[in-house]
Amino acid sequence: MTDTDQIRTAQTLARQIRELCDSADRTLRFMEVCGTHTMAIAEAGLKSLLPANLELVSGPGCPVCVTEKIFIDHALAIGTEHDACLVTFGDLVRVPGSSGSLATCRSEGGRVRVVYSPLDAIDIALSEAPRPTVFLGVGFETTIPTVAGTLKTALARGIENLFVLCAFKTIHPPLKILAAKKDLDGFLLPGHVSAVVGLQCYSYLPADFGKCGVVAGFEPLDILLGLRELARMAVSNSPGIGNEYARVVRGPGNPAARELMGEVFDAADASWRGLGRIPGSGLRLRAAYSRFDAATHLPVEVPAAEDDPRCLCAAILTGSKTPDKCGLFGRQCTPDDPVGPCMVSSEGTCAAYYKYGDQRRSSNG
Amino acid sequence: MCLAVPMKLVEKTGEFTGKVDSGGIKRDVSLMMLPHAQVGDYVIIHAGFGIEVLDPEEARIRLDLFRELAEATAHLEEI
Repeated sequence: MTDTDQIRTAQTLARQIRELCDSADRTLRFMEVCGTHTMAIAEAGLKSLLPANLELVSGPGCPVCVTEKIFIDHALAIGTEHDACLVTFGDLVRVPGSSGSLATCRSEGGRVRVVYSPLDAIDIALSEAPRPTVFLGVGFETTIPTVAGTLKTALARGIENLFVLCAFKTIHPPLKILAAKKDLDGFLLPGHVSAVVGLQCYSYLPADFGKCGVVAGFEPLDILLGLRELARMAVSNSPGIGNEYARVVRGPGNPAARELMGEVFDAADASWRGLGRIPGSGLRLRAAYSRFDAATHLPVEVPAAEDDPRCLCAAILTGSKTPDKCGLFGRQCTPDDPVGPCMVSSEGTCAAYYKYGDQRRSSNG
Repeated sequence: MCLAVPMKLVEKTGEFTGKVDSGGIKRDVSLMMLPHAQVGDYVIIHAGFGIEVLDPEEARIRLDLFRELAEATAHLEEI
């Protein structure tokens, strides 16, 4: 497709969405659950194409943003007290803990290694042995099987100095909490999490909450198609689960990925920034893999961490507030010197607002 | 963080490993989650792992739909 074709397609989809919303007697409010969608929407300026009575709010699907401050404190304490090498995805490096981040730890001589794949942690563990090597386990169902696969490999290879500090999160428990919110009509469901978990598992959205959900890909046109389908379901009052990313996402998802995840991890309670403690929304290592548990085998004292009370990340993560309502936004809190995780993460809502502006305000007055 | 990109599987190097081609550069990936991936498939890669195989037929249907939608607006520009 040429650029002109893409623009024309976007215009047609935007017009169809407007026509659907014109027939609605109220404002439709959808949440994009996934941080990668948040960034794609901001980057393409999609909100400027949407009608005034279609509101799109960001959800809790940026793993870095929902990770509590105490996780960073915990990781840094393990690094210091056990002389451990900390291995992380790049997204976490600048997230502020109570005193410093992984980046400041590294600049002060701490061992922090950034990897593209968790498998790289195995090579790092081998080169660092016998020093403990701790992979910082943050992510949703897209990422969790890659860590499970890494631990399965490490177990088979007898790697003894590799550990994982678990702060993984699963999508359904928070989605059920958000689905109960009266001010949300539907959800733009994550593309790559859904590649793993599938479609059928979302059936509670229409069945129990009367809400619609549509899986979408990450190209701007994929997202517009997803929004058109959400608007169609909401306007016709026929909630269901749609799939606008059929080239990648299938009904049953990826059973091999879920099997891998289930072999290594078991459901556990987890704390979310913005949502608090949610039963069954996290993971712990199963007995056969408990030797990799950094929290047990590399014990440290981690004092309770206080979030800056002025930071609105918690309300932003649940779609209750937009970044411009935060007094810190753009002043004390910027991507270069962030206060909250929504500004730090490249996929955070505040970072997207800061980089691309509030596109709705400029287009809709 | 759930970013993933399609790359062509050009070689199976082991039971659960392969090489993908990304713009002429070959890189190793794990196929632990895609036991049935075949050489020639486009696989969706996340953090060094293939998480799903792209369905070329669905991709074609989507492209056709986009072209159709582009047509619907094309005439407006001539007015």
